[in-house]
This record gives sequence, C-alpha cells and structure tokens, in this order.
Amino acid sequence: MTSTETIESNSPEVVEQSTAAPVRVPTYKHPLAIRWFHWINFPVLFLMVWSGLMIYWANRVFTIHLFGLSIGPLFPDSWYSPHAPSWWPAFLTATGQDDSGNSYRAMWSLDQRLAEGMGWHFLFAWVFAINGFLYVLYLALSGAWRKLLPKPAALQESIQVVLHDLKLRKQPLPVRKYNAAQQIAYTAVIFMGLLMLLTGVAIYKPSEQSWLTQLLGGYTVARFIHFWTTMALLAFFGVHILQVAKTGWNNFRAMVSGWEWVTPAEKDELEAQS
Amino acid sequence: MSRRADPRILSRRSFVWAGIAALGTWGSLRWLFTRRLDGGAQWPVRRALEVNEGFWGDLFSRKHKVPEYTADKLTPERENGDEGLGDDFDPTTWKLKVDGLSNQDGPIELTLAELQAMPHTEMITELFCIEGWSIVQKWKGVRFVDFARKYPPMTLSGDPPDLDGDLEDVVRYVSLKTPDEGYYVGLDMPSALHEQTLLCWEMNDKPLAMEHGAPLRLVVPTKYGIKNIKRIGSLTYTDQRPRDFWAEQGYDWFAGL
Repeated sequence: MTSTETIESNSPEVVEQSTAAPVRVPTYKHPLAIRWFHWINFPVLFLMVWSGLMIYWANRVFTIHLFGLSIGPLFPDSWYSPHAPSWWPAFLTATGQDDSGNSYRAMWSLDQRLAEGMGWHFLFAWVFAINGFLYVLYLALSGAWRKLLPKPAALQESIQVVLHDLKLRKQPLPVRKYNAAQQIAYTAVIFMGLLMLLTGVAIYKPSEQSWLTQLLGGYTVARFIHFWTTMALLAFFGVHILQVAKTGWNNFRAMVSGWEWVTPAEKDELEAQS
Repeated sequence: MSRRADPRILSRRSFVWAGIAALGTWGSLRWLFTRRLDGGAQWPVRRALEVNEGFWGDLFSRKHKVPEYTADKLTPERENGDEGLGDDFDPTTWKLKVDGLSNQDGPIELTLAELQAMPHTEMITELFCIEGWSIVQKWKGVRFVDFARKYPPMTLSGDPPDLDGDLEDVVRYVSLKTPDEGYYVGLDMPSALHEQTLLCWEMNDKPLAMEHGAPLRLVVPTKYGIKNIKRIGSLTYTDQRPRDFWAEQGYDWFAGL
C-alpha cells in the first residue's frame, strides 16, 4: 500500500502532527461475503425471534422458577402488545385490547397470531438456514476459519481479554483480527445457530424426522433447548452491541465497508498473520 | 472492486450501498406485510407454506412409523375444539357417507357396525396440538389404508387403484366433514394412507365420548391435532384440494408433522 498517506507521514510536518494523533493506515479487514452474511442475519434473526414469540404465545409453557416457586410467566402479558408511540411506523402497528376491551394502537401484537407467526417463521427459516450454510461454507473454503477458531490457549487468553475489557488489566491485547474471547464467542454462535436449526426441525417435524426429535431428547426437551438457545443468542447480541459501541466507529465501519484504519505497526502485524 | 482504489472512497461508497440495502430490506418487508391475503395469510407466505409442503412431502414415507408408546407413558385426556360438534346430533342414527369410490357410481352409507367389522388396530401415539402442547393417548379403530382397500378411491384412469404403488393414478385428496359441515378437513392421499392413520371409535379403552368425536373420528399422528377431525359425517375421495377449516384462518393446509 503506497498511498499518499504513507508518503506524507514521512514528511516532518506530519510526523509532528502524529505525536498528537498517530498516523492511521487502512487495512482490509472483512471480505464482502462476510459482511453480507453478517448483515443479512440481522433482520432475519429479528424476524425469527418476533415470529417465534407469536408461536410461543399460543402455549406459554415456560415460567420463571425461583427456589422451586413459580413466580409467573417468562414474559408479562403486557409485552405481547405494548402501546405504540406516535412515530411508530403504521404498517408495523397492530390493534391491542386492554382488560376492559378497549382497542388501542400497539407497537406490535403477539396475541392470537399463531398462524401468522408460523407462516413467517417457516419462511424466514429458509433464509436463516441458507445464509448460515453459505457462511460456514465460505469460512471453510476461504481459510477464514483459521482466524476464527479458538486455539488451545484461547480459554486462558479470553480471561485476560475479559479482564482487559472490564479495565481490570492494563496490558494491551495482542494485535489480532479476533482476540481469544471473540474467537470463542463467534465460534459458539455458529454452533448455536446450528443447534437452533436442528432443534427447530425436531419440533417442526417430530413425526417425519422423529429420529432427530428422539436424538435431542424428545419434543419437550427439544423445544426447551430451542427456546433457551434463542435467549442465549439474544444475550450474545446484547454483549455484541455493547462491545461494538465501546470499540467505536472505526470497527463498526469495517463491518460495512471492509476497511479499518490502524497504525502502520498494527498493519504490519496483521499482514504478517494473514 | 480493486483493493488498489482509494479505501476512503471505497469506504464511503459502501455506505451508500449499505443505505440502499437497508432501504431495500425495509421496502421488501413492507411489501410482504401488506400483500393480499390468501386463506388468511399474505399470499407470499401462503406460497412459502406450499413450498414447504412440497419439500417435506417429498421426504414423507407412508412406511415410516411415528413412535408408539407403552401404557405407562399415557397422559391425562384433554378436551379441545368443539367446532362442528353441535347439540342436534343423534349418534344412534349416524351413518358415514362415503363418496368418490372407484368401485361405486354414487355415494354409499356405512354404519359403525360395518366399520367395526374390518380389522382393528390399536396404538398409543402422541397427538401434537398446533399450539405447542402434546398428549399421549391410546386409540383403536380401522387403519385408513385397510378401509381404503375395501372402499377404494377413484383413479384418473378408471382402473382399480394400486394403494401400494406411487399413487400417481389415484386421486390426490380426502375430504372429511362433520355432519353439520361446521368443521372440515382436507388430507393429502399419502398421509391418509399412512400406516398409522386410523378411523377411530375407541379412546383409552372406552368408546369415544361425544366431546372426543363419537361415533367416529380421525387419528392421523403425522399431522397436527387440527387435522384429527371429530364426528366424521362424510368422507370423499377427490382430486380437488379440499377446503380446510383452519387453512382458511391462515394456517398451513398441509399441517404435517
């Protein structure tokens, strides 16, 4: 990369500036395919959780237990059709009904929408499955899996990463595309996606694919795993958003454009690894 | 796109594409959500359900049995669904109307005694409600396939049907309705002829109670409960896709498990 930026950085004025803000050079971080797989997942996972909740509503089997006591349903009834603010897009709104039977404008309604939920769920499941399959295929064929799969020492290193992120450890992290904690998280998410697909088929076709349902512990167990893996994915999503917000624009931009701006030393380090 | 081009320009350009993609997604979803309804579901959803029907229908085998259980796995009885089970019904004068037979010109009527004269089958299977719960019950009746050997469906060629073959010559559907036609179900022929599909008159060693569909109901463990019609009044073999009560309310017509 012999861009003008690097040439300029050798000139005295720029070196002077660089003591205030170090020179940054672009490095190509995320290939186009990875960016597409990533962003397609975003609306699809949202739609899967949304339609999945419509299905869940029809038979709310999971209640919260604390010390053996049942303390109510996992989601309060009010979550199924909350009031909509005025700016909420009209095509998303639904008609909610309060206890006295009065209608109101709701942000969404998961009440009595089992048929619709099933329709959307089994449509977008195809997008989810095909996108996930192509992603794994790409990782395998491109060699990108080498930077993603955790190494044997990853567990120990990931503890250092967590300590660093919680500001309990001062030493900088090694310069790498993904640190050990990221490797573990991103690899785990792939397996969680696979588990979602398998438990999904197990509860979608418990007669025809009864071998799979039996393998996963039967209908009830498979449904339980399907539900709680969703919760785990949402927890991942929450941490992911926090981390992206913390890491900043440069990192976020890389997932949109592919390019990240790093110091020349970091760039050399990253290129030596690839 | 060449990586030699200026990354700053490339990066800006990709945000334009990101914006277009986001707007495209928004527009597509908006389009999907506002489509004309076909049987209570937006028509693209209805088409997707039909694609799923084709995909899973191809993997379906009449010989693949669903799990059967021992008596210790039985769960309490549960009453659900009373569409088509009005009060003005006399089980003592009930007869099953059967139409679309290959060896008869018009419809025939069968009494319960005539049905019970056929070979009996008992099984303990799981019934899955589309709402998400399931129960394990014991059923007794005549296998649909045994019934269909004695009362065979029409064929396109007019020849007697080969029920062990690929069914290409046999009409594709069975239509089942309650006597008042308040509830009605359509079944694809392969599912009807599955080895564990029963025309059932006994549940948990007792004659069917009225709320469970006396005198005769369908038990089809390869389908959701909604297809397990109670109090069957008529059974028609047909090549026209039959109406289905819940498929008209937005549910999948196939409803296969």
